[in-house]
Amino acid sequence: MDITGKKLIVKALLEEGVDTLFAYPGGMVTDIIDELYKHEEDIHLILPRHEQALIHEAEGYAKASGKVGVALVTSGPGATNTVTGIADAHADSIPIVVITGQVQQQLIGNDAFQEVDIVGMTRSIVKYGVTVRERKDLGKILKMAFHIARSGRPGPVLIDIPKDIQVESGSAVYPESVNIRGYKPNESVHIGQLKKAYKMLRSGKQPVILAGGGVNISGASNLLREFAEKMKIPVVTTIMGKGAINEDNPLYVGNCGMHGRYAANMAVMECDVLFSIGTRFNDRITGDLNEFAPKAKIIHVDADTASISRNVVVDIPVVSDAALALEKLLEWAEPMKTKGWRDRIYLWEEGHPLVMRTNRGLNPQEIMEKIGKVFPDGIYVTDVGQHQMWATQFLPVNEGAKMITSGGLGTMGFGFPAAIGAKLSDRSKPVICITGDGGMQMNMQEMATAVYQELPVVVCIFNNKYLGMVRQQQHLFYGKRYELTCLNRKVGCPVNCKGPSGACPPYVPDFIKIAEAYGAYGIRITEPGQIEDALEQAAVNRGCPVILEFEIATEELVLPMVKSGNPMSEMILK
Amino acid sequence: MSGKMKNRWIALYVENQVGVLAKVSGLFSGKSYNLQSLTVGTTEREDVSRMTICVTSDDVTFEQIKKQLNSMVEVIKVMDLTHVPVFMKEILYAKVKGIDEAGKAEVFRIAQTYEVRVRDIGPDSVLLECLLTENRNNDLINYLKAYFKNVEIVRGGAVAIESITSSCR
Repeated sequence: MDITGKKLIVKALLEEGVDTLFAYPGGMVTDIIDELYKHEEDIHLILPRHEQALIHEAEGYAKASGKVGVALVTSGPGATNTVTGIADAHADSIPIVVITGQVQQQLIGNDAFQEVDIVGMTRSIVKYGVTVRERKDLGKILKMAFHIARSGRPGPVLIDIPKDIQVESGSAVYPESVNIRGYKPNESVHIGQLKKAYKMLRSGKQPVILAGGGVNISGASNLLREFAEKMKIPVVTTIMGKGAINEDNPLYVGNCGMHGRYAANMAVMECDVLFSIGTRFNDRITGDLNEFAPKAKIIHVDADTASISRNVVVDIPVVSDAALALEKLLEWAEPMKTKGWRDRIYLWEEGHPLVMRTNRGLNPQEIMEKIGKVFPDGIYVTDVGQHQMWATQFLPVNEGAKMITSGGLGTMGFGFPAAIGAKLSDRSKPVICITGDGGMQMNMQEMATAVYQELPVVVCIFNNKYLGMVRQQQHLFYGKRYELTCLNRKVGCPVNCKGPSGACPPYVPDFIKIAEAYGAYGIRITEPGQIEDALEQAAVNRGCPVILEFEIATEELVLPMVKSGNPMSEMILK
Repeated sequence: MSGKMKNRWIALYVENQVGVLAKVSGLFSGKSYNLQSLTVGTTEREDVSRMTICVTSDDVTFEQIKKQLNSMVEVIKVMDLTHVPVFMKEILYAKVKGIDEAGKAEVFRIAQTYEVRVRDIGPDSVLLECLLTENRNNDLINYLKAYFKNVEIVRGGAVAIESITSSCR
């Protein structure tokens, strides 16, 4: 028996095991939404308050659960609002399927009401994107969408479905599998190449493992720890690789990169073999490419062929999923003599430990450490900026915990909605959103979503009244000319203001009142002694989000810092 | 940069679908790859198109271009034609205008030398049809431009196919 397109779409969602759908209605998806009405008990529909936040919620859901995040939006502005989130998912390899409604095919190209070429607009930021042009292809394309999004190096897929396809009758079959001749993700590892890599690793005297987000995506953190421990090799992580090895593991050095730990950056700069796995050598990790790991032979294991020898020319490339490669390597692993090398790294750490100044009121380091203490098994979801870097520096991410952050695109406004998505994937896990006063205001409307969904997300706002990361650049490299970074600047403020004074106006918004206005709960923390108590209070489930507003020092810096484009050894330490 | 900048050729099999050309050409603009020419047409299979692409790049960038193309879902196969024996030709039309009888005689002489056909002629102009390699077409264009003020050029980009027996390019 034939069924309509909209029925097949819902059938596809059910067969793919979609239990949560992030959807915003509009003219070109009303038919699908009407069909979803009949399945309210099978698919939990979430109504965010903005489509940009909607995609971040789907991303947070996907990152936290490991499943595909699914979004449904209407054509035109509904579709364009998803673009930032799609680019974010592309940069961080997050599996999401975005279904956009489209005007009837006979109207396409007419500049019809709410018509945009969303497939054209997103071409360079999706793993796959297509407009369904014939009803007979609908089932196959939906199957392809889920398969492509979750396999290989995961990523966003956009399926644009014109209104006429949604209502046209056709086959009821949703295929069980799909064969795509141009898409064969690598599912094995070249043993010969891996052996070469292992041999090269063993030939080193000062080896380092650099673990990226690919290790977390492939669920290979236990394998990585085992491998490092068996081989006795120190481990450095990227921002996305944070959590790949327990913070307290003696082999863990820390994050490297622009705001990495001194010892971690030095280890990369001084090592003679760099075993990198699941990283694409983003410029924030490498600094000046010509000076990156200058003494090292480089091994690169990555699921994505195109990520290999793209930024850094490597000596031994291995195309493989991280878990697959590590499983095999573990069979061969035997201890290396690295005691002297590890001692050298400890000396760097001792000489330049990662600590913040303490005499400036609320100390971000202390807040992060207390968050880790009160919520040791939390999912920490950050926004983008200084608080994000402090989180990567000071928040311990140990077994059971997880960090979700916008690493590749650096999307302000990501944190709060992504935290909502993460919480929706598993309500039993504590979800802590770590955000700034700038990023929070980019998607603050999602308070309504969180309140209506009764999500006790703990929202820690690090309020320094500035767009701190840019202010830091102005502070260090632009003579403290704080143009456009003061969120407290009002008409009547002095021309060319160089920093806060007693004459600053009261800060808006009042985040505590915002919480109250949404029927949520808010606590303002101004003294170090209040931190832990506030976090304990927030841990009590009130069935609604809790905003913790930490009034931190206005001009605090994230250190160490490597100026963009400089070698990683040139760290600003004070 | 490793390896010097030079022209390289790719034969690309892609799904014959709406948007695939835009996606492939968008890759070159979006990632600042230096595209020289791109031709596309259908093949013996109606659901497969074949592109012949010429890029100028160094070795590292060229490797990256091939990988990026390979990672596209719509790309079925990437073939590097840079170092394999191929037959490769480009169609070029050159209209030499505003010339007298002596000029026409010169164009005929050039046509003979380059082994291209004179397809049309008017009171003060001659139309050449040239089926040559891209490089040879470049030479011809340079030569014509050096001798005549008014030359109209239209060229189609190279198409290439691997040879059956020949071992030279």
